Formats: sequence, structure tokens, C-alpha cells
Amino acid sequence: MTQFPWRRALRRVLSMLGTLLGVAVLVFIMLRAIPGSQITAGLGTEAAALTPDQRAALEAYYGIDKPLVVQFFNWLGNVLTGNLGFSSRAQTSVLNLTLGALPVTFELAVLSILLALLIGIPLGMLSASKPDSARDGLGQLVGLAGLSVPSFLLATVLMSWLSAKFAFNPNGEAYATLFEDPVRNLRQMLLPSLVLGFGIAAPIMRTTRTALLEVRSQDFVRTARAKGVGSRRLQVRHILGNALVPIVTMTGLQFGYLLGGAVVVEQIFSLPGIGRQVLIGIQGKEYAVVQSTVLIIALSFVLVNLATDLLYRIIDPRVRAE
Amino acid sequence: MSVDIVETTEPTPVKAGVRLRLLLHSRTGMVGLVIVAVLLLVALAQAVGLVGYDPLVQAPAVRLQGPSGAHWFGTDQFGRDVFSRVAAGVVNTARISLVAVAVATVIGTALGVIAGFYLKGTDAVISGATNILFAFPPLLLALSLASVMERNWFTVAVAIAIVYVPIFIRVARGPVMSLREIEYVRAAVSTGQSRMAIMLRHVLPNITSIVIVQVSLSLSWAVLTEASLSFLGLGTPPPAPSLGSMIYEARTLMYVAPSTMIAPGVVMVLLVVGLNLLGDGLRDVFDPRKRGT
Repeated sequence: MTQFPWRRALRRVLSMLGTLLGVAVLVFIMLRAIPGSQITAGLGTEAAALTPDQRAALEAYYGIDKPLVVQFFNWLGNVLTGNLGFSSRAQTSVLNLTLGALPVTFELAVLSILLALLIGIPLGMLSASKPDSARDGLGQLVGLAGLSVPSFLLATVLMSWLSAKFAFNPNGEAYATLFEDPVRNLRQMLLPSLVLGFGIAAPIMRTTRTALLEVRSQDFVRTARAKGVGSRRLQVRHILGNALVPIVTMTGLQFGYLLGGAVVVEQIFSLPGIGRQVLIGIQGKEYAVVQSTVLIIALSFVLVNLATDLLYRIIDPRVRAE
Repeated sequence: MSVDIVETTEPTPVKAGVRLRLLLHSRTGMVGLVIVAVLLLVALAQAVGLVGYDPLVQAPAVRLQGPSGAHWFGTDQFGRDVFSRVAAGVVNTARISLVAVAVATVIGTALGVIAGFYLKGTDAVISGATNILFAFPPLLLALSLASVMERNWFTVAVAIAIVYVPIFIRVARGPVMSLREIEYVRAAVSTGQSRMAIMLRHVLPNITSIVIVQVSLSLSWAVLTEASLSFLGLGTPPPAPSLGSMIYEARTLMYVAPSTMIAPGVVMVLLVVGLNLLGDGLRDVFDPRKRGT
């Protein structure tokens, strides 16, 4: 049993906190770069009719009369204490909005990754079982399609086609959470997670294929075969087991794609998730919503990357020993 | 739409002639090259007025027509020629993607070489900034950036470029870190050549292959991102034709005039398939593990 590397873990956490601080600064600067301010954005052309006093009062209300550095730390302090701002469109706090939206995107992400693994790994195994054969070509073709068909195109076509031909349009109804109505919820999650899952299945398939081919050519596989290990056990336990590290890494990397793709897919299928929250914030020029939501998404992305790192420490004893 | 990063740490010097010959022998690479070249040539032919019509001119009398000799891909809800709009959309996408990837390649590679060569404080600053940009899901970052900038094709290109800069930094930095320990680089340092000269003359040429492969992978991603942005209404503003916004508008016309959806959809997929195949071909050519097979 090796000792837990406290020093390295501490350094890792510190560098992650530094990155997050940088993310906060970037998000803050990005939204301050917008021509005009929260006032002109909220009032539109009517902002021109404001008297200097009214303008000053509004600026004080939004806190934008203070120096930028003060504004930044005020915002950061608020975020850290759970005050993410207020959405005037939804008439509720951004924290409430986010707490409602996160489970939706989380469910979508989990289902998409499951579907992607279910499509990608068997397809990769099929391709690798006989390289450069017809079935390899088929697998590669599906992989290429997954990489090349944009999710918004697949989503739009699938939805229009299914609703016109089969009157299947579960996303036309009001959204139901998994606890309110599991059947309706899963019907509503089906198409979005298929679209996202298909997109991530492609890199997972390719990684699986490459990793399997690489592992298969190694000596221990030949030894196992010589020892008389059964074909199925050899494929799953010895070959797939050793190919898992790159597959897990690739799956973790896809999480970022998932969070970005969620913006598009949630919008098309009207799922009230975190991606749609950003988009509605952008369209409604509600910067408090955009600012805090983008920060939360980046935070979850960083955490997932950390989790992936830890996961392959568990899967691969060699990484642990280093 | 995922972000592919080429992960090679070994510098790979090969003669340009050998590379070209290998690419010509790579079937996937050639197929990709041909698809991309044909699409671009047709689009450019339309742009200079050899084929098609003005993509912006509306002709209500001939709205929502199917494909015909006069309108190869039919017309849209304003009677505009779909073929010409798709062609103009390809030019628009190509222009944005090329500028975005070019900017990202130059800035990213330069910063990556500097970080890998100088190490220490310089590297800490550049890598720190890289980590910050990597903390955003790529499409989300492009989306946020596009939403805060004044909207035109160039700002869309800049938004996409910013997302891609950290990837080029990471791609260039690794190999440079091992290159700086190699004898001829150390020899150059000891003979007192300037660091600038060493980076340009001895370091940069050895990482070109990795950068080229990353460029081709990035192009397909840039095309997809541009299309996603314009689908969401955050790309080049209308009435300029863009493949993403055409697909968005066609979603309600799919059964009235299928070609309004099929034409931009198929061309979009073909373009990305072409770029992906080209990227795969280049990767095979430049991957030292595959050479000689």
C-alpha cells in the first residue's frame, strides 16, 4: 500500500483553485466588455430618456458605479455565499433557477454517456475484432458520421420526422422531472440523449478500437492465449480491461462537449437545463444569469476532469505507483 | 464536435516530398481532399458569378419550389435560390473557419513554443492561462464570447479562435520541452545564437507536422462551431447566408420544401466529413508509428 500523496494532492487543489479564480475573472471581464451596461441592456432605447439622477440611482442599484475591482470582489463574495443574482425575467433568484436546471442537465449527461458507451464500446470492439475488414469499415463509417453530423442537424431532422410521421413529440409537452412522471421524463430524455450520445459515441468508438488493437499485440495477451484462457474471458478481462484507461480518459474529455452540446440540444428539445439557462440569459441580456451560470458550468467541468483523473488512478495501478 | 488533441511528444522531421507522396497514397486523405476541394470550387464559382444567382435576391413568385433546371436545389420561403445560398454559406463558413484556425495556429503555436522553450515563470503564466481557457466547455466559450461581441463574421472567427488557442499551446509545448534538450538545440544555445533564432530555425520546423495535423482537425471543428453558433442565432447576422441559420429556418419547411433542409444539411455534413477524412489522412502520414507500414 503506497502512502497517499498529500503534497501532490494539495498542489493539485491549489492549482485548481487558481484556475477557478482565473475563470471567474475571465467571465467577469467578458461580460464587462459588452458595449453598454446592464441599464441600457435592460431598458433598450428607453435608457436615453433617463435623467442623470435616475441613471446614477440605477448604477448604484446594480453596483456598477464602483471601481471594477470592487465590483469583481463583490460579485465573487456573493457567489461564494450562494447569492448568484436575480433573474427579472423569471422573477426568481439565479440560485433557484440553477438548482432546478442542474438535475435536468445532469440526467441528460448521464443518459447520453451511457448511450454513448453502449454504442461506442461494442462498435469499437467489432471494428477491432478484424481490422480493415467490412465490419471494421462499417464501424469506422458510423464513427465518422458521429463526428461529422452536427447535433443540431440530427436533432432537428429527428424531431421533425418523428413528429410528422409517427406523431411522436414528447418534447412538445411540459417538462416533467424524473420524480413527477418517470415515463414522460424518460420519453422526453430519449431523443436529446440519443443525439448527444451519438456524437460522443464516435470518439469513444475510435479510442476503443485503437486501444484494443494496441493491447492485443502485447506479449501478455499471447501468454494468456497460450495458457488456454477462453476467448470471451480473454477479450473482456484481459484485453478490454487493459484498454479501459484511454476509454475512460476519452469519456471524461467528452464531458465538456456534452455541456456545450447541451446548450444546443436543450434548446431544440425545450429541456429546462443549464445550457438553455445560459442561452435564454444571453438572448434576454440578463448578464447576472449568464455570468453565474457560465461560472457554475466551468466549475462542474473542472470537477469532472479531476474526477476522471482520480478514476484512472483507481483503474490503472501503474498510474498510482508513479 | 468534440475537441481532438493530437498527442505526440516526439518531434518528427520528415522531408516535405515524402509527406506529399504519403498523403497521395492515403486513400482516406485523398477522398477528403477531393470532397473539400470540389465543395470549395463550386462555392467559389458561385461567388464570382459563374453559376447560380444572387443569394440575397427575393423572388416571391417562385417561393418554395422544388429542385429544377433553373433552381438546382429549389427555392426558399422568400423565393431565394437555395443552391446559391448554400454556396454562399460554404464560402462564409470557410472564411470564418480559416481565419479562426489561422489566428489560433499562429498565436497558440507561438505561445506554446515560448512556454516549452523558456519554461519556469513564462511557462507558468502561459500554462495557467491555458488551464483557465480549458475550464470552459468549448462550445460554451465560443457562445459566450460571440454573444458579447458586436456581431459580424470576423468577431465570430475571433470567438472560435480564442477557444482554439489553448489547444495549439498544449500541442506545441510538449514536443518543444523535449526538443530543447536535444544536442543540436543545446549546441545552438552554446554557440550564442539568439533564442529567437533558435526557436524559429531549430525548434519550429520540428513541430510543423504535429501542428499541421492539429490544423486539419481544428478546421472541421471550427466549421461545426460556426454552424452551431449561427443555428442558435449567434453567428453571422442575417440576411447573410450561413449553413447553420439555413437549417434553423428550414426546420418548419421540411415537409413543404424538403430541399431547404436537405441541401444545407448534406453539404454541411459533406464538408465536415471531407475535413475529417483529410485530417485522418494527414494524421496517418505524420504519425511516426504508422510510417513505413
